[in-house]
Amino acid sequence: MTESDELFGERRAVLSGIGQSDIGRRLYRDPLELTVDACLGAIADAGLNPTDIDGISTYPGGMENPAGFSGAGVTDVQEALRLNLSWYAGGLELPGQLGAVINAILAVSAGLARHVLCFRTVFEGSAQGTKGRAAVMPGGDSRSGGFRATGFMEWLLPFSAPSAAVWIAMFANRHFHEYGTTREQLAQIALNARRNATVNPKAIYRDPMTMDDYLSARMISSPLCLFDCDVPCDGGTAMIVSRRDTVADLRKPPIEVEAVGTAFHGRPAWDQYYDLATMACQDAGTQLWERTDLRPSDVQLAEMYDGFSFITMCWLEAMQFCGKGESGPFVEGGQRIAREGELPLNTHGGQLSAGRLHGFGFLHEACLQLWGEGGERQVPGDPEIGVACAGGGPLAGALLLTRGR
Amino acid sequence: MRFDLPAPDPETEPFWDAARDGRLLIKRCADCGAAHFYPRPFCPACWSTAVDWEEASGQAALYTWSVVHENDLPPFGERVPYVAAVVDLAEGPRMMTNVVDCDADALTVGMALRVAYRELDESTTVPVFVPA
Repeated sequence: MTESDELFGERRAVLSGIGQSDIGRRLYRDPLELTVDACLGAIADAGLNPTDIDGISTYPGGMENPAGFSGAGVTDVQEALRLNLSWYAGGLELPGQLGAVINAILAVSAGLARHVLCFRTVFEGSAQGTKGRAAVMPGGDSRSGGFRATGFMEWLLPFSAPSAAVWIAMFANRHFHEYGTTREQLAQIALNARRNATVNPKAIYRDPMTMDDYLSARMISSPLCLFDCDVPCDGGTAMIVSRRDTVADLRKPPIEVEAVGTAFHGRPAWDQYYDLATMACQDAGTQLWERTDLRPSDVQLAEMYDGFSFITMCWLEAMQFCGKGESGPFVEGGQRIAREGELPLNTHGGQLSAGRLHGFGFLHEACLQLWGEGGERQVPGDPEIGVACAGGGPLAGALLLTRGR
Repeated sequence: MRFDLPAPDPETEPFWDAARDGRLLIKRCADCGAAHFYPRPFCPACWSTAVDWEEASGQAALYTWSVVHENDLPPFGERVPYVAAVVDLAEGPRMMTNVVDCDADALTVGMALRVAYRELDESTTVPVFVPA
């Protein structure tokens, strides 16, 4: 172990296996069953048995509301797989959804566990059913029968700003104003995702999409149209974080964790952050590059959150693939971010087209690609270095991953 | 069921009471002079508890906005299209609000706004903004 490996504890952890359940717009299946499918898949992929698993980490933990947001918590999986745990954690207040994986990395790095099962399951498609997103209750108090906005929502809901679509749309509009970003540039995030989804057999939307399709789609919250918003779905995703010295137990050479980013400076509110043309991701990105000798130009693929297309633009800048405010020109035309381009982006189709697996899908895809298991959508050139980033607004967590260096 | 009404607590009730009377309140610290929003019982700049309400000038600059065309949550779907906006108050704090009585095509970042009031129901009036 080198001196910098001692300093940066995440390097004592590796990703050793991934798993994913069936994915569908509305599967109407028991979300715990989806979770177990993903978890057993990941355990087998790592070459382990359930009895080898001594840790669990998940986001957001078990919760009833919003409907379909959490398919299983720590205890559900501990019980379902009858695991004996040395360490576990589940929760919502983390550096983005992948903060749960970073927790696991820290746990194995600290010697609290050897193999941590990380998972996230959603069933928002089924839960919303035919009511659409109106079925998703925002933060507030409905105990008295009526609904009243509480907490930070007291300063958003009465002002008709009820959802992330509205908030992120305003961030995007500010970016458009400050940097001259255009809808045609933003469209490249959605069009690229769809191109990649056409060769992902598990993607929700696989029909080709053109710029005309994008520009003629109905506006949701300007400048975001329907295709700038991710698609709710059902599915579970899992991965195993192992201690690096367990490599002899593993089925295949693991993915190494080179660096993580978890920082967030500034006010953690959707409307109060000082620069709404970016987000918490800029702090996570800055921190990540301070923890490695690799540079953004070394990265061969990027799997970055697209709950709304504009969030990916923020991540491109935050991870320093381009300068601040330059994400529009960076994605212009789409060639640079295509599978054959200099920075293949969201190679599974992202949440925009492959389905809103909520953060974990990006890390799953980064590992899949680095293992060369992408099938028809495999990034050419045997990529060895990738990033997985998740979260929007005040949520952000990033991982820099390498294989077989 | 409607999702636009606040649950005032002892700390926020003066804001909503004042809005019903046509006044926009913010909090200011008597020790360090900083104004803040969302309202707190202490100063987020120096943690003094010598904070008090003051009536804001009602002048603001438009920071960003979005024209909301579709929202499934009641009652917002009945209001579309409308302008959700983030404004910077002359006193410094930033707030989420709406811009009303203005053609969306006429909106520009930095444009001068002044406060107006819109009644949601008999219990609640919200400060909104119109071109100054």
